[in-house]
Amino acid sequence: MQRQLANMKQSLFDQGYLDEQFIQLEELQDDTNPNFVEEVVTLYYRDSVRLIQNIEHALDKNPLDFAKLDSHMHQFKGSSSSIGARKVKIECTQFREYCRAGNGEGCKRTFQQVKKEYATLKKKLEAYFQFARQAGPVEKACRPK
Amino acid sequence: MAVDEMGSNCSSSGAQELHVLAVDDSLVDRKVIERLLKISCCKVTAVESGSRALQYLGLDGERSSVEFDELKVNLIMTDYSMPGMTGFELLKKIKGSSRLREIPVVIMSSENVLARIDRCLEEGAEEFLVKPVKLSDVERLRDFILRGEDKNKTEITRKRKTHDDSFSPPSASSPSSHKCDHPLSPISVSAVPHQRLPKRPKLMLATN
Repeated sequence: MQRQLANMKQSLFDQGYLDEQFIQLEELQDDTNPNFVEEVVTLYYRDSVRLIQNIEHALDKNPLDFAKLDSHMHQFKGSSSSIGARKVKIECTQFREYCRAGNGEGCKRTFQQVKKEYATLKKKLEAYFQFARQAGPVEKACRPK
Repeated sequence: MAVDEMGSNCSSSGAQELHVLAVDDSLVDRKVIERLLKISCCKVTAVESGSRALQYLGLDGERSSVEFDELKVNLIMTDYSMPGMTGFELLKKIKGSSRLREIPVVIMSSENVLARIDRCLEEGAEEFLVKPVKLSDVERLRDFILRGEDKNKTEITRKRKTHDDSFSPPSASSPSSHKCDHPLSPISVSAVPHQRLPKRPKLMLATN
């Protein structure tokens, strides 16, 4: 089962959903904090609901306040980057570029992509963590000290 | 804001525990920086804003600055972009306080903007870390601050002398400690009174 879990994880990386930061988080797990990554990811999904809503409301305004949109997205991008959400981060970057260009349609279009990637990653990570729990605790290699 | 217990590998070295005040408006980032610091054997107090940080440090004018030992902060790590007071503004307030200005302040930012970095360093920031912050960054910082603290203690009292000489940072064997050998990058321009951390080459690279 461990091998299946490793394959699951590898494919998340191969398909570009996750980046190096996810690995950095895994390195912070140990016996005293065995579920740290799942906790952070859970916190991210809970906390970012608010950030996404902020962006959604801001996109409903007319005219658009691009500075505000950019600021909201900066926050959301930051959190996404902190968990290693690579594809989400890429869409966030694109969104910010449209903000700077004052391109409202581009922002709205890209925001749909942001939400799509966000939702897709959520499903994949939920499946991954659930499987990890079933597979049982991994024999953690010691961090070099 | 409770100060939690250490990870299992921190207990027995007898080395001084640094108390770090972490300031970040992002819940996720606070959780991560807290973990990074605890793993690096630091006590952590994490707050969500510059004004909370000033409150904690007793600089908000609302309570007397009575100093208790357990509140002593050895390092402040603050996010740059925060609503209300930015990390830069917080930095200025700290450096503008005769009581607090000696506390090293590190700025963290996801945006790798040279002008911003320069401004922070000129204002007295010890280091500018590009987010997401890594364990190697925190360990390097900790070692640097510990060396400074050890130097102060040795000058003030000889009691701690015996363990200073033999103190080797836990991360000495990890690759991250080699980054401390890098020379200062050309962007570290300004005259800051205390010793500057060597800049990581990463700061020079353009990020998306």
